[in-house]
Amino acid sequence: MPLRTPDLHFLLGARVGRGTIKSPEQWLLVLFLGLGWAGCSPGEDPRARGRVVVEYWEKWTAYEGDAIAAVVEDFNRSQDRIFVRRLTVSKMDQKLILATSGKNPPDVAGLWNTYLPAYVENNALLPLDRWASESGLREENYLPVFWEMCRHRGHLWALPTTPSVTALHWNKKIFREAGLDPEQPPRTLAELERFNETITRKKPDGSLDRIGHMPQEPGWWMRDFNRWFGGKVWDGESRLLLDSEPNRRFFAWLESYPRRFGGPAMDRLRGGFGNFASPENPFFTGKVAMVMHGVWLDNFIRNYAPPDFDYGAAPFPTDEANPAFPVSVAEADILVIPAGSRHPREAMEFIRYVQSPPAMEKLCLLMKKFTPLRDVSPAFLRNHPHPYLRVFLQLARSPRTVPILNLPSFNEYSNDIEANVNEVLRGSLTGEEGRTRLQGRQQKALDDKLARWRRVAAGRESTWCRELAETP
Amino acid sequence: MTPGDRQRQRQGLGFLLPWLVGFLFFSVYPLVASLWFSLCDYSVLAPPVFLGTKNFTDMAQDPVFWQALRNTLLFASAAIPLGTALSIGLAVLLNQPIRARGFFRTVFFLPSLVPVISLAILWQWVLNGQMGLLNTLLAYPLRWVGEILGTSCPPPDWLNDPLFAQWGLVFTGLWGTGHAVVIYLAGLQEIPAELYEAAELDGTNAWQRFWHVTLPLLSPVIFFNVIMGVIGTLQTFAVPFILTGGGDGPGRSLLFIATYIYQHAFRYWNMGYACSLALFLFALIALLTYWVVRLGETRVHYAGR
Repeated sequence: MPLRTPDLHFLLGARVGRGTIKSPEQWLLVLFLGLGWAGCSPGEDPRARGRVVVEYWEKWTAYEGDAIAAVVEDFNRSQDRIFVRRLTVSKMDQKLILATSGKNPPDVAGLWNTYLPAYVENNALLPLDRWASESGLREENYLPVFWEMCRHRGHLWALPTTPSVTALHWNKKIFREAGLDPEQPPRTLAELERFNETITRKKPDGSLDRIGHMPQEPGWWMRDFNRWFGGKVWDGESRLLLDSEPNRRFFAWLESYPRRFGGPAMDRLRGGFGNFASPENPFFTGKVAMVMHGVWLDNFIRNYAPPDFDYGAAPFPTDEANPAFPVSVAEADILVIPAGSRHPREAMEFIRYVQSPPAMEKLCLLMKKFTPLRDVSPAFLRNHPHPYLRVFLQLARSPRTVPILNLPSFNEYSNDIEANVNEVLRGSLTGEEGRTRLQGRQQKALDDKLARWRRVAAGRESTWCRELAETP
Repeated sequence: MTPGDRQRQRQGLGFLLPWLVGFLFFSVYPLVASLWFSLCDYSVLAPPVFLGTKNFTDMAQDPVFWQALRNTLLFASAAIPLGTALSIGLAVLLNQPIRARGFFRTVFFLPSLVPVISLAILWQWVLNGQMGLLNTLLAYPLRWVGEILGTSCPPPDWLNDPLFAQWGLVFTGLWGTGHAVVIYLAGLQEIPAELYEAAELDGTNAWQRFWHVTLPLLSPVIFFNVIMGVIGTLQTFAVPFILTGGGDGPGRSLLFIATYIYQHAFRYWNMGYACSLALFLFALIALLTYWVVRLGETRVHYAGR
């Protein structure tokens, strides 16, 4: 008895009898169509029925993604009015802007703080000042550096979740092998370079077998490295400051690397480095003895380094001409509400839940980071597995710790400084050439972004005031 | 026109309609819109603001654009001749009456089935300066050369040395020549055997037969492959993007025009500038294709004409 189906005559061609499925090929087609339909329809969580569904885009995967999922689950269990549906999204910085411009953004999204100025100036976010203050989320609850990074152009746009600051990590075993005191990390950059010379090992053919420190490993904070020289990238208004004395010293320091170790030799050594999240990470394999990293590194050491890996963490050394110590740069994951969010009030409810000390401590503990909140419970400190947590807390509370670069032309600057610094480190450009080239190109990129901002500034401010006034 | 003709016409138009709608929305509209955006400052989120020709004057003064253009043209000028020569050579060999010919044809075609992402990741390891397969193979002969010359000849650091990075990419491209080989094989099989017999009777050797019979009669296929090669290499994006982890490569040697368009459009939110770059690339491809077509008028031999 053939199965009665919708009329597939149009799809299956003239051989098919109207309204029936006869051959195996036709069954196969129906099966594929059915699978396609099933694949396209979202599997709705039964708990979402009757609740306001808040779409939440988050960039984290793996253990960080699990940590976020646990907090979302707690929120969904804590009440019966809102259901947060989390979606893991790669390339968040690009996809969120496209979704927002297409008027189909999520209700809440997890970004990195570095993208905030560009998002704000392009009117992609809702201001949170009034919501935050009415929800009891105030500046005094947070470590100053993390509150500061959520503000731009006079308004609050985000609230921090998991934060980090950078510090020096050193391999104690290599220190011992090189005859250095494993408990005494370098305090100044001159000292770091002396240690570097002692630790670096060359092969008979002149290639590098091991290096004490190289700025490119991992090289994630190249745009902020001038902070350890007492420098700044821009004046916060309109001008890049790469021609300042601290920036000149920074580039001179970079230039010294190919002179001492050989640019091609460093490139060749780097060519053998494995991925960060793998046992082939050069810090874990002992190819590099000292690296700048964030608080998360301890977790990767536990997962990927040899069991007897012995390391220390301390503030990263500063330049002798810069008396400030300790210095660090801070960054954080932030929660934002994109412009065009369908349920901003419910999204804010979720953000407020995440900002509560128990939820925040749970999230940060699962992510093996410290919290951006000023007050931390004794249980958090007691249960935290990071052996050097206090070093990071001390750095996060230091008045000399500043937010990671927040430039309206951040992406252009990051790309260009990486290209220029790599050429300086390869020895194909002098430090002065790299610095001058960067200043010229990036001043223009900044000027263009500021010109764009000036054209829309008045309109933006009135839009934000209206949005704030309309805040439920 | 009979009612049956009219019905067939309606059916024909009905079948054409999806393509027409797609063409209008996904080709014509973006092209016209990009013409307008190229004259504007456009961040995607805010309405475009007319700037006149500023994006084009900026482009003329942008050293990174010129570097990307130079890289693109250098890559095309190395990859197209090498790819063409290699695929013709392989096709001629695979056209010989040898044992297990079908097996060899399959073997040479298989790499072109590898998805581009997997291909790029695979070649990241093949070209690794320290432990890559290519350098492992090169190490012994280079040591031998070094001993003869009394110096050290280390194998190149393909992906970290600006001098060699583009060559690494060219080799990656050669991996996928199987596709062109199949087209050349089809062309070779169209060449009448009598022409070779006649040439043999005239006392020609194998090279002369290749030069005076095979190449002229294969020229329409070469022409097609070269045009596709020009378009493909000028739009190179995915493999260098993955090989460099989304970066520009050492000394920006793997930054191509298509990558630079992507950076401005989706990372820097300068869609207006990206559109002006895209229009430039469009004009460049059109110009080079026109030049190849003109060249083809005198160099391509169509047997039917």
